[in-house]
Amino acid sequence: MARELLRYGLTLRRFWGTAIAGQLEYQLNLLIELLAAVANLAGSLFILSLFFAVPAGAGTTASLGGWSWPQALVVQGVYTLLDGVATTWLRPNLGAIVTHVREGTLDFVLLKPIDSQFWLSLRTLSPAGLSELVLGVGLILWAVPRAGASLSPVGLLAAAVVLVAALLTLYALWFVLATTSIWFVKTWNATEVLRAALTAGRFPISAYPPGLRVVFTLVLPVAFLTTVPAEVILGRGTPLAVGSAVLVAAVSVTLSRAFWRFALRHYTSASS
Amino acid sequence: MRRIARALLVSQIALMSEYRAEIALWALSGLLPFIMLALWSQAPAGAALGFGPEGLDRYFLSAFLVRQFSVVWVVFAFEEDALLGRLSPFLLQPLHPLWRYVAAHLAEQLTRLPFAAAIAALFFTLNPGSFWWPSPGRLLLAWLATLLAFAIGFLLQSLIAALCFWSEKASALERLLFVPFLFFSGLLAPLAAFPPGVRAVAQWTPFPWLINFPARLLAGLPVDAAAGLAAQLAWIALLLPAALLLWRAGVRRYTAMGA
Repeated sequence: MARELLRYGLTLRRFWGTAIAGQLEYQLNLLIELLAAVANLAGSLFILSLFFAVPAGAGTTASLGGWSWPQALVVQGVYTLLDGVATTWLRPNLGAIVTHVREGTLDFVLLKPIDSQFWLSLRTLSPAGLSELVLGVGLILWAVPRAGASLSPVGLLAAAVVLVAALLTLYALWFVLATTSIWFVKTWNATEVLRAALTAGRFPISAYPPGLRVVFTLVLPVAFLTTVPAEVILGRGTPLAVGSAVLVAAVSVTLSRAFWRFALRHYTSASS
Repeated sequence: MRRIARALLVSQIALMSEYRAEIALWALSGLLPFIMLALWSQAPAGAALGFGPEGLDRYFLSAFLVRQFSVVWVVFAFEEDALLGRLSPFLLQPLHPLWRYVAAHLAEQLTRLPFAAAIAALFFTLNPGSFWWPSPGRLLLAWLATLLAFAIGFLLQSLIAALCFWSEKASALERLLFVPFLFFSGLLAPLAAFPPGVRAVAQWTPFPWLINFPARLLAGLPVDAAAGLAAQLAWIALLLPAALLLWRAGVRRYTAMGA
């Protein structure tokens, strides 16, 4: 078991070393990505600020679904962080699954003496999302004290746990969608639909109408991706919230694994 | 000339209808305005816009529809064609290659029509109170404004596409164009919600004329149609020669990939 883990660890180092070396060939692209990430965050903050513009004399303090401006910024920060992870890790890997299926190169992956889900999920990295990662963390660190929250060691641990749970949930969603390309080769842009739907996570879930809140919690777990982690980071998380985030992540990952096995049983290779 | 246009359109429509499933998903991936509508309908800032609840619904549905029929992807198609060497035969034909992409876009919009209509129908089933039928004059103006918005978007992206003659990865630059489009076009928030200073600046960019203006026309909200159409035409008058000139300069230094 330990030797097996070591083997996977060494493989991973090779994978990422070559991927980054390859990507560094395009330095201008990295600069453009950095500019785009900064502009994108600035634009998102601008749109968010529009919800906090209260007409003079309204007598209420501005809030978005009960979240104050710095609190809502934490949600934006978590979203930016997750989006950075998606760009760095999920999009380059899971986007390639469709190409493998279409061109028949998935056969070569399946023949390798290594777990195919591992290979497909972790084969490459793209530094394009790194700027978003940094911006997201920066925004969270900036906004947390302004929201009047401070992190205790226990709180920090809980925040780390829910963030990892959010990452795993996000991964499972992407992976399940990418897996469907085994049947529907042509629907590669289904991931774009997912991305569009996930942008709902830029805002706290309580800002949506009640019907959508249910959808974003039970059907598409957007709530567990950004709102719950933000609540925990702000020290407002309940043990129940942390527990359900972990449960959602565990169920999602297990389902993605089972779904991949199921899909492989139906895989007949290209042109056969 | 008419024969060429017909042949191009018919062949592109046949090609695009092969990709119905993909195009349906693209249509679905444009659901961002509906997410924003859900937020604006709940927020006090949305009520302060003075659109009324139906006005807000209609604005964002219109924004969705306008976006569906003005989506531009010429830079991606062109980059692929240039990298794979498909561009060379296109350049030999006695037809500006951009026309081929124009036909492809129009054909794709036609293929999108039933999906966009289905999404609109679903929207009205969920919100029967906000159903409206624009007056024929407004409908015609909105259609014209959407067409002009498509033209502006197409020319803007063609400018970037022409840069593919100099760099293999010009599509990365499209991201820098998309970000201001996203935030200043009115797709996420009507321009009426912007602070006056920002709104004044945004009016001088092409972006509000791409979504905000046609969407307001379609939604039946008060709007200065003449000024908007004039602004759209001015942008086309500015961008069309620029795109053609850059394109000509690019073709002159084009040596086909790998040469």
